[in-house]
Amino acid sequence: MSSIGTGYDLSASQFSPDGRVFQVEYAQKAVENGGTVIGLRGKDSVVFAVEKIVTSKLYEAGANKRIFNIDQHVGMAVSGIISDARQIAETARSEAASYKAQYGVGIPLKYLNERVSMYMHAYTLYSAVRPYGCSVLLSAYETDGPALYMIDPSGVSYGYYGCAVGKAKQSAKTEIEKLKLSEMSSKDLVKEAARIIYLVHDELKDKQFELEMSWVGAHTNGRHERVPVDVKTEAETKARQAMAEDSDSDTEDM
Amino acid sequence: MSDFSLQSQAATISENMMPDWLNSEQSTGTSIMACEFDGGVVIGADSRGTTGAYVSNRYADKLTRVTDYIYCCRSGSAADTQAIADIVAYHLGLHQMELGTPPLVETAANVFREICYNYRDSLMAGILVAGWDKQKGGQVYSIPIGGMCVRQPISIGGSGSTYVYGYVDAQYKSNMPKDECLKLVENTLALAMARDGSSGGVIRTGVITEKGIERKVILGNELPRFYEG
Repeated sequence: MSSIGTGYDLSASQFSPDGRVFQVEYAQKAVENGGTVIGLRGKDSVVFAVEKIVTSKLYEAGANKRIFNIDQHVGMAVSGIISDARQIAETARSEAASYKAQYGVGIPLKYLNERVSMYMHAYTLYSAVRPYGCSVLLSAYETDGPALYMIDPSGVSYGYYGCAVGKAKQSAKTEIEKLKLSEMSSKDLVKEAARIIYLVHDELKDKQFELEMSWVGAHTNGRHERVPVDVKTEAETKARQAMAEDSDSDTEDM
Repeated sequence: MSDFSLQSQAATISENMMPDWLNSEQSTGTSIMACEFDGGVVIGADSRGTTGAYVSNRYADKLTRVTDYIYCCRSGSAADTQAIADIVAYHLGLHQMELGTPPLVETAANVFREICYNYRDSLMAGILVAGWDKQKGGQVYSIPIGGMCVRQPISIGGSGSTYVYGYVDAQYKSNMPKDECLKLVENTLALAMARDGSSGGVIRTGVITEKGIERKVILGNELPRFYEG
């Protein structure tokens, strides 16, 4: 055995004496290094916003998207190791497709969330595998309103009014808590989501990023779609303005 | 929609003097019906079970529970349709536990369809799936013999139905209130039972709404009567 560490962190199938599974905690750390992802659930829609960090200017724009369509009515946004996340998306897609084949109607998000959670949890149980290094957000607009769930690498999931994950989740959560989510329209959500991603983005550490946005709600007829370019551009412009005003007022104070 | 007459063979005693009920399958040569109204569905069926020309059961219950809010009207082979209903009830029971909410009528109809289609070569089953759910209210789905599935505001099935298609076409109006639907179901079934030799006995009806099912039996001496010449 290697000389460093306690030896309890080499496998996901072994507890440490104080009852922790280190491999799972490391997977959660992997998520904390990922770009910030937020999900906001409003009056009649859910909006995703993703800060996709671009590590080189030589990359083509729009590669390695972090928002997926799982079914017509279900969206997924991911943070953490993108290649792990793609596998989760694929699993979720086949789960949704098989439900539809069996029951003839789209999968209820509550059920899909349970299935994906179980799947991720299974990867925290065995020594031959490692846990998934990503968290996923799921969204849909169903007959009883909008729904938003987040699953973390341990396989734990909750339903949310608003959630954030990734690098700047703390400050993003603080911003989200200031909003009156249950009264907000999809347009408001897009504006706020863009503003929050721009606000929490750390320009010193990560120079470039792409903003990715999607929504699902009454206005899209329950379909999960990317936010149209013009709406997104407008939200981004406003977000930049808000940032500029913020820094203006900062200098005045000094 | 294709017709699916399930009437058993005529009452013949073959050359070796064996009555047909010795070799025939127990079937529900039947008259069944279901009708949507605002807030629920009305379902109905006769009560005759036949083995060839022999009436082997005169108080059969062809309105079978699948969940508290979803019932099916069975026609065809009694064994096949009972087995299918049992399997679907099992599936939906499990589904209800996983989901935490009652299954949709559409979901139930699709589970029926899946079985009826996949085993279409070995099954003899014409089923009406009817029920109520929060999403779409009262619904009727017809699953005839090949395993097709289609939603209809009103549907009839079984061998007796062939005699009353015209009556239903003439009498049906959209958006009929509950009592009118119930009356139409009773009259239609009475007419079908009068003409069809494989249908008869009593009329069983059920009204499924948000509150569950309300069942009723109309005995032989209380059946609606029409011209009998």
